[in-house]
Amino acid sequence: MTMLILTLRSGPRQRIDVAPLTPDTLQGKSIAEIGDTLLQTGNRQLRAGDLFDIEGNDASHIVLRGATGKLDFIGRGMTGGQITVEGDAGSYLGIQMKGGRLIVRGSVDAYAACELRNGHVLIVGNAGDFLGASLPGNKKGMAGGVIIVRGNVGDRAGDHLRRGAILIEGNTGDYLGSRMTAGTIAVLGKTGRYLGYAMGRGTLLLAQSPSELLPTFNDCGTHTLGFIPLMLRGFAELDTPFAGMSDQLKRVRRYAGDMSGLGKGEILVAADA
Amino acid sequence: MNINGVQIDANFAEAFPMRGTRIVITAQNAKWAHIAAQTMTGFATSVIACGCEAGIERELTPEETPDGRPGVAVLIFAMGGKTLAKQVETRAGQCVLTCPTTALFSGLPEGDPIALGKNLRFFGDGYQISKRINGRRYWRVPVMDGEFLCEENTGMVNAVGGGNFLILAESQPQALAACEAAVDAMRKIPNVIMPFPGGVVRSGSKVGSKYKALNASTNDAFCPTLKGQTKSELSPEIESVMEIVIDGLTAEDINQAMRVGIQAACSLGPQNGIRRISAGNYGGKLGPFLFHLQEIMA
Repeated sequence: MTMLILTLRSGPRQRIDVAPLTPDTLQGKSIAEIGDTLLQTGNRQLRAGDLFDIEGNDASHIVLRGATGKLDFIGRGMTGGQITVEGDAGSYLGIQMKGGRLIVRGSVDAYAACELRNGHVLIVGNAGDFLGASLPGNKKGMAGGVIIVRGNVGDRAGDHLRRGAILIEGNTGDYLGSRMTAGTIAVLGKTGRYLGYAMGRGTLLLAQSPSELLPTFNDCGTHTLGFIPLMLRGFAELDTPFAGMSDQLKRVRRYAGDMSGLGKGEILVAADA
Repeated sequence: MNINGVQIDANFAEAFPMRGTRIVITAQNAKWAHIAAQTMTGFATSVIACGCEAGIERELTPEETPDGRPGVAVLIFAMGGKTLAKQVETRAGQCVLTCPTTALFSGLPEGDPIALGKNLRFFGDGYQISKRINGRRYWRVPVMDGEFLCEENTGMVNAVGGGNFLILAESQPQALAACEAAVDAMRKIPNVIMPFPGGVVRSGSKVGSKYKALNASTNDAFCPTLKGQTKSELSPEIESVMEIVIDGLTAEDINQAMRVGIQAACSLGPQNGIRRISAGNYGGKLGPFLFHLQEIMA
């Protein structure tokens, strides 16, 4: 059994919905059947075989080679297996994913891992706006799983986050963790403005002091919190520097908010930041 | 059978099915983890009147605990699941939640879940925070020394309680010395506790009593002062008998603990006044687990 490799023949000019190309949908299919899978692009449909060279037979691990930012909905709703994207990905990567692993070697566009339910998403490059958020109009964002972003993320990351963890190793845009109801976002880099805007509950864990804090977050003092080493150790099986940062992050300054709402969220800033 | 000059009776210990769990208490240092564990396992020698039987299984290094602090593993046993759940919760609430710097975790992820912090969280009066880490839920309850971190559930499994053996010696100090040696050896065995004071019980009981209100009464056949008054099991040279009771997660754990305990007691030999090893039972009619001494020591 060799992993299923789909190599994009040439960069498409129009966006393509590649949601049907998941381990769930391709498991047990022959290369010919996979090639006949129809993919929506604009108002027409294309055969996967016309876009990709297909080789391998183990659909539990799909590799999208030569991928570009025109491929949307990669791994939509997948429940298991792995997709590795060698290149960039478009919008809605891993939307409503329920399990498995999704690895992107490049960068991704908006709404990556939005409404994630479970599983692991690793983005080696940058992520666009609304990472792990809810779809517009929905009130439930990511509700489980772990997202790791090696690069930077756009605005509104973790909007409406309910559960799970978003680990960002680069910088973030504005409105990080806006309207969170629970869950954890940890950031190694710099954060933008309006941090935790309207968050009801949940945790923003920052390795660096934010450039500004909303006036609706109140200082609760500096504390050594036992759950932080426990949580960071929980990431030990994932490839993330957070797993080894118990000592740097266990002592934190705690800001509670957003007091304009429920006010039971928290921004934890490393004490020596 | 004879080990190092000590007679091993052709007798057996009779044990009962129980429900058991393990919890892990951590604290700023081992001293405070032990204080919490000792408090939590206090008044827990026998289900007859304590509701549960509990004891410290062993000390844990920081590398062995979920939060990387020194800790203590505690085993708690009760006759039924509901009783165990209530005992765990009330003891956790009154003895661990209250103890400075402690955190409380499940030591048995498998088994049927029973509440640990599930209801204790309400002490947080709405300021408690839930964190789900690797599929397990933890509660952060704000308290005056900082935060009390407590796992939501622990696992409850079928267990065995009431494994035992008796050490028959020529004097009380010699019986106690043998018990201490046995308990020291048995504490190195995982998955077992010796719930009585210091691991030793001097008031072994028989079923029934001349008093209608009592279900159990003194084991007169092994009481040295009654040798001439009752149908005694004791020969003239026996002046003191002490018992070690063992609860364990499995029958094999109790087997192993009994083996090392009896071996340790026997190693003192007749020169130290240790003459016989026997066991307590109810004729084999009450408990489904029978631990035959000679089979264990074979």
